[in-house]
Amino acid sequence: MTAYIVRRVIAAIILLIVVTMITFAIFFLVPRLAGETSTQLAAQYVGRDPSPDALAAVQKNLGFDQPLYQQWWEFAHGIVAGRTFRYGPDASVCHVPCFGYSFKSHLPVWPEITSRLPVTISLAAGAAVIWVITGVAIGVLSALKRGSVFDRFSMGLALAGVSLPIFFTALLSLALFSYKWPVFPNLQYVPITQNPVLWAKNLVLPWITLAFLYSALYARLTRAGMLETMSEDYIRTARAKGLPERQVVIRHGLRSALTPIITIFGLDLGLLLGGAVLTETAFSLPGVGQYAVEAITDNDLPKIMAVTTLAAFFIVVANLVVDVLYVAVDPRVRYR
Amino acid sequence: MKHLPLGPNHLHGRSGTTVTAEGPPDSAFLSVRDLRIHFATDDGLVRAVDGLSFRLDRGRTLGIVGESGSGKSVTSLGIMGLHRSARARVSGEVWLDGEELVAADPERVRQLRGRKMAMIFQDPLTAMHPFYSVGQQIMEAYRVHHPDAHRKEARARAVEMLTRVGIPQPDRRVDDYPHQFSGGMRQRAMIAMALVNDPDLLIADEPTTALDVTVQAQILDLIRDLQRETGSAVVIITHDLGVVAEIADDILVMYAGRCMENGPAEDVFTHPQHPYTWGLLASMPRINRERKERLLPIEGNPPSLIRVPPGCPFHPRCRYAQLTDGRSETEVPSLVPTDSPGHSVACHLTPEERRRIFTEEIAPGL
Ligand SMILES: Nc1ncnc2c1ncn2[C@@H]1O[C@H](COP(=O)(O)OP(=O)(O)OP(=O)(O)O)[C@@H](O)[C@H]1O
Ligand code: SF4
Ligand SMILES: [Mg+2]
Repeated sequence: MTAYIVRRVIAAIILLIVVTMITFAIFFLVPRLAGETSTQLAAQYVGRDPSPDALAAVQKNLGFDQPLYQQWWEFAHGIVAGRTFRYGPDASVCHVPCFGYSFKSHLPVWPEITSRLPVTISLAAGAAVIWVITGVAIGVLSALKRGSVFDRFSMGLALAGVSLPIFFTALLSLALFSYKWPVFPNLQYVPITQNPVLWAKNLVLPWITLAFLYSALYARLTRAGMLETMSEDYIRTARAKGLPERQVVIRHGLRSALTPIITIFGLDLGLLLGGAVLTETAFSLPGVGQYAVEAITDNDLPKIMAVTTLAAFFIVVANLVVDVLYVAVDPRVRYR
Repeated sequence: MKHLPLGPNHLHGRSGTTVTAEGPPDSAFLSVRDLRIHFATDDGLVRAVDGLSFRLDRGRTLGIVGESGSGKSVTSLGIMGLHRSARARVSGEVWLDGEELVAADPERVRQLRGRKMAMIFQDPLTAMHPFYSVGQQIMEAYRVHHPDAHRKEARARAVEMLTRVGIPQPDRRVDDYPHQFSGGMRQRAMIAMALVNDPDLLIADEPTTALDVTVQAQILDLIRDLQRETGSAVVIITHDLGVVAEIADDILVMYAGRCMENGPAEDVFTHPQHPYTWGLLASMPRINRERKERLLPIEGNPPSLIRVPPGCPFHPRCRYAQLTDGRSETEVPSLVPTDSPGHSVACHLTPEERRRIFTEEIAPGL
């Protein structure tokens, strides 16, 4: 098992390296292939009508004159070992993990991201708790009471949940509960360390909005899974043993039905931690997702690289955790 | 007779099951009376079991045979009280050791399940939960009826049961998962699980169908040995008459949810009374029969259980229906005793006709 985990971790690291290479290639190479010279690239990061000297300096500072693999190498090296940028006689040390400086604001990227991470984590984790509990509970009850009024109602709601765009539900909930009936007025992110009550209160709407979508998805998945497992032969065996129905459902039915959901949950959470772009934007939450949007609109390469690397990191880690969990959950899965 | 694979232990003529009369519960350990199990489906009412009666004493084995779809599994699940769907309608009576189960409180029936009556199924791989070890599943079966038992005690019991059913190295294999067992081992483990609470009734629904031929015999031997040890009543459900010949004391032949013929095994094998039983016997593979020689399956298919033919349900396939002056098509034959004790049959043919047809047409072909 340990050997398996070690192997998986190594594979995950390799995967991450490849992902950064590909992102690097996309964002640095593609403009070049499209015909932009390194001078033109540099021109995006200096003011209007730059002097050729200034351009050359920027080009050199940002490393645009170096071959691509070397640029990537310095980028990767910076993440694990830090990096020193020289501006003529001046040097600035960019600490580990170094994702460089924003081309636009000239601020180091990583501290900006870490300051935004708690927002995204708060949003994703809170929503995840809500959607797992409600989604699974509704899914199980719907499956057990298949065809009942409850089942029809909740599946109708779930259909709405999966089909309504999150932007719509977010703005609707804002319009209703923040403006029309100001139950949650002045939504502003407050760090949990500062005021836990306000932190939670101001996150309720984003949580519910995000959880509505996922809860609907999970309710449908759980229902389908339960309907399938509850007709398995081993459920009949469990009943034939004389187990009370509650144990049959939870220990035998749910145990099987939840296994695939764990996988999906890991990936969903990993994806969200990389930035819940839409929800953060709709609720003006200063999280990683919003940062990503900024990075893209500004075409700020170090920021883009940092955000994608982080997102890839979360997804790869989530994958890893899910795979290891899977082995623990399903004895038939052999670790290879 | 010589060509039937009957073991010597089947030749001592104990009287078998008899048809139940109406009235108060008789002394039989298991007594099923006029059991009806219908399912309301979108296509109509499925009469999977329609007026089935039989009885079974402790220490005896009843073999229920019939083609696929004749209602054997539905019957066994009905006895166990496992038809939970709102679409299932169960009526009639099931008396187990003096207690009626059909109308009983479901909670009471649950308490009897696994403790007083237990069941094993056709495919032991799908019948066991893939995520729990064999030991955990046996322990669970034990502890649900022994709530005060500690883990250690339950585990010791699980190992003991695995030993009894002949699993090698039971103290190690107890922690294995079902997929790590071979098919035969799994069925042994299922038997261990079923017998962990010393039930008085064991229902085995096609316990060997999914297994290799060599393993089949071992499992049947095991069931027979354990039954001798415990003196429990056993119901073996199968469409394989060979299995019944191997193990059953009594035979019940089912067709379209009804009993066609019921009696002591060797009597049914040597003097089968019902045209459907004749068909089953003729289609039974036999050791001395040439491999290439075609088996004679019964012509036609079992009827739809939604539109069961009126009269005798077997009449569309029966070669002798025309001998009954149209009664086969209109009148449901009731199960009546034959002149052999404990042997009864549901057919409009007269005893003389049956004897004549059997000796002249059927016996030579068997
Ligand atoms: N829950 C149900 N709803 C509707 N019909 C059912 C249900 N369960 C069983 N049946 C029907 O009842 C009939 C009898 O089924 P059963 O499983 O008892 O047959 P069987 O004799 O055990 O056959 P086999 O040898 O194939 O196991 C079948 O036609 C089946 O389709
Ligand atoms: S009652 Fe008629 S149709 Fe039915 S088995 Fe007897 S002879 Fe055949
Ligand atoms: Mg069956």
